[in-house]
Amino acid sequence: MNLATLSAGYLRARPLQTTLSLMLLALGVGTIVLLVLVVSQLEERMQRDARGIDLVVGAKGSPMQLMLSGIYHLDAPTGNIPLSAVGLLAKNRMVRKAIPLALGDSWRGNRIVGAPKIYAEHYGAELRAGRFYDKPMEAVLGAEVAARTGVGVGGKFKGAHGLGSEPGDEHENEYTVVGVLAKSGAVIDRLVLTSIESVWHVHEEHQGPEDESDRKALEAAREVTVVLVQYASPLAAATLPRQINSQSELQAASPAYESARLFRIVGVGVEALQGFALVLIVAAALSVFIALYTALEERRYDLAVMRALGASPARLFGLLMAEGVVLALLGALIGLGLGHVLASVFGVWLESQQHGAVTGLEWRPEELWVLAVALGVGVVAALLPAWRAYRTDVSRTLAQG
Amino acid sequence: MIAVRGLAHRYGAAQALRLPDWKVAQGERWLILGRSGSGKTTLLHVIAGLLRPSEGDVSVFGENILKLEGTRLDRWRGATVGIVLQALHLVKHLSVRDNLRLAQYLAHAPQDDARIADTLGALGVAAKSARRPSELSQGEQQRVAIARAVVNRPKLLLADEPTANLDDAAAASVVDLLAEQAARHGATLVVATHDARVKAKFRERLEL
Repeated sequence: MNLATLSAGYLRARPLQTTLSLMLLALGVGTIVLLVLVVSQLEERMQRDARGIDLVVGAKGSPMQLMLSGIYHLDAPTGNIPLSAVGLLAKNRMVRKAIPLALGDSWRGNRIVGAPKIYAEHYGAELRAGRFYDKPMEAVLGAEVAARTGVGVGGKFKGAHGLGSEPGDEHENEYTVVGVLAKSGAVIDRLVLTSIESVWHVHEEHQGPEDESDRKALEAAREVTVVLVQYASPLAAATLPRQINSQSELQAASPAYESARLFRIVGVGVEALQGFALVLIVAAALSVFIALYTALEERRYDLAVMRALGASPARLFGLLMAEGVVLALLGALIGLGLGHVLASVFGVWLESQQHGAVTGLEWRPEELWVLAVALGVGVVAALLPAWRAYRTDVSRTLAQG
Repeated sequence: MIAVRGLAHRYGAAQALRLPDWKVAQGERWLILGRSGSGKTTLLHVIAGLLRPSEGDVSVFGENILKLEGTRLDRWRGATVGIVLQALHLVKHLSVRDNLRLAQYLAHAPQDDARIADTLGALGVAAKSARRPSELSQGEQQRVAIARAVVNRPKLLLADEPTANLDDAAAASVVDLLAEQAARHGATLVVATHDARVKAKFRERLEL
C-alpha cells in the first residue's frame, strides 16, 4: 500500500465521478494534442515544400491561389504565362534559380507536372527505379503515385485534361513510365513528372497542326503555368516582386507571406477549437474539484481514523493531492492517446484525399506542455479539498460518532 | 505508566471540563465509567495524543506527549496506541486485509502480510481477509476493528464505547476479546464506557 494505490482506491470507489472527470480531461487534452499535431505537421510540410522558393510567378489572379497551385499543387492554376517570361526571369541578375512548370493534366487524380530536371533536384528527389525522362512522353512517378497506382517502370498511361477528382477528356498520347522516385516527404511524392515539352506536345497534338507555319505559330505561343524563383540575394525581395507585378500579364506571390496569411485565416478556426478544448479542461478541473470536495463529507471519518492510526495532517493533504494528480495524469494520458489516434484517423482521411501529410505516430515537444498543464489542473483542483483534509479536527470528528 | 495530573479541557466558551488525576501501571486493564458528557472520550483522546487539553500534564510510557509537536506526536501515536472506536469506522472500499495494511502503512510499520494473517487468525476472522467490511456481520466487523487496533502491537490499547448497541452476549465477548488481545501483546488496556454491564470484568475502575 502506498499513496498512489490508496488514492487510486478512493477514485475507484467513486466510478461515475471519476469517469466523468477523466472523460472531460481526456477530451480537452485530446483536442489540443490533435490540434498541435495537425497544425505543426501541416506547417512543417508546407515549409518543406516551399523551402528554397522565394517567389512564385504566374498569371494574374489570387496570389494565394498562385502559391497553392504552384508549390503545393492543391488549387487550380491562375492561368498561363508566355514562355518568354521564363527567359527574362532566368536572365535577371537577382534570380539564382527559375524553375518553370507546365500544369493542366492529371492521371487518376495525380497531377502531371511538366518541369525541367532541376525541379526534382530542388527537392532532393532520388530515383528508386529506372531513369529520368529525357524524351517527350516519358514520365517519372512520385513515390506515392507509384504506390497508389501500382504502376512501375515500363507502364503506360494517358493523361486526362483537368486537375480535379473528376477528370476531363483523355488525351490521345500515351506516356511511358521510365522511372519511379524514392519517397522524399515533399509534394513531389504525389506528382507525375514529365518534361515541359511533353505537356506542350499533348496539347498541340490535340489541336492537330498541319503545316509548317501553323507549327511555328504554335511554338511562338508556347506557355508555362508558373515559374518558381529562388533569389540570388535577400535584397531581391525588395525589388523583384514589384518589378514582376508591374508587368501586365505577370503576378508574383511570396510563399512566406501567403502561407502566413493562410495560417492566419485557418488560425481563427484553430483558435476556436483551442478555446473549446480549454473550456473542456476547465470543466474537467471543476469536475475534479467537485468530486473531491463533495466526497470529503462522507470521508471525514476515514480521514479522522487515518489520523488516529498515526497519519500526520500532511499525509492526508498528500492523499487528496495524489487523488487530484492521479486523476489528472490518467486523464491526460488517455487524452494524449486519443489525440494521436484522432490524428492518425485524420491522416488516413487526408491520405484518401491524396494529401497524406499527417500522422499520429509523431510526438511533439508541445505535448509535454499539455501534460504539464493537465497536471497543474489536477493540483489546483485538489488544493482546497486537500487543505480541508489537512485541517480535519480528528478528536471532534471521532467524538461525534 | 500513564500519569495524568491537573487535566482540564475547555470546549469553546463552555465551562472547563475538569478531570481527576489518574495513574495507570504497565499491563493494567482499566475501565473509565461515566455518563455521556462526563469526559470519558476527552480523557481517552488526550492520552491517545488526539486532543491537546487546555491545562494539565500527561505522561504516557514516560513520554510527555503534550511536548511532542505535530508529526512527532502522530508518529508516536501510530507506534504506541491502538484505538477501537464505537462506530468501528473501517474503510469501506478496502478489504479486511487492506484495512489492516492501512494501519501498518500509516504507522510507518513494515507491511507484513504474515502479521496481518496472524492477527486476523487470533481474532477468528482470517477467512474473511479478502472481504469488504460491508460483507461481514456486525460481530465480525467488531473483530476486524480490534485486529486493526492491535496489528502494530501497540503498548496502549484504547476502546471508546466498544459495547454500545450490542446485546449482553456480544458485549461480554467484545470485552473478553479486548482483554485477550491486550494480554497477547502485553498492552495496557483502557476502555471508556457508560455500559455498567461490563463493570464486573475490570478490577481497575475510574468513575467520572
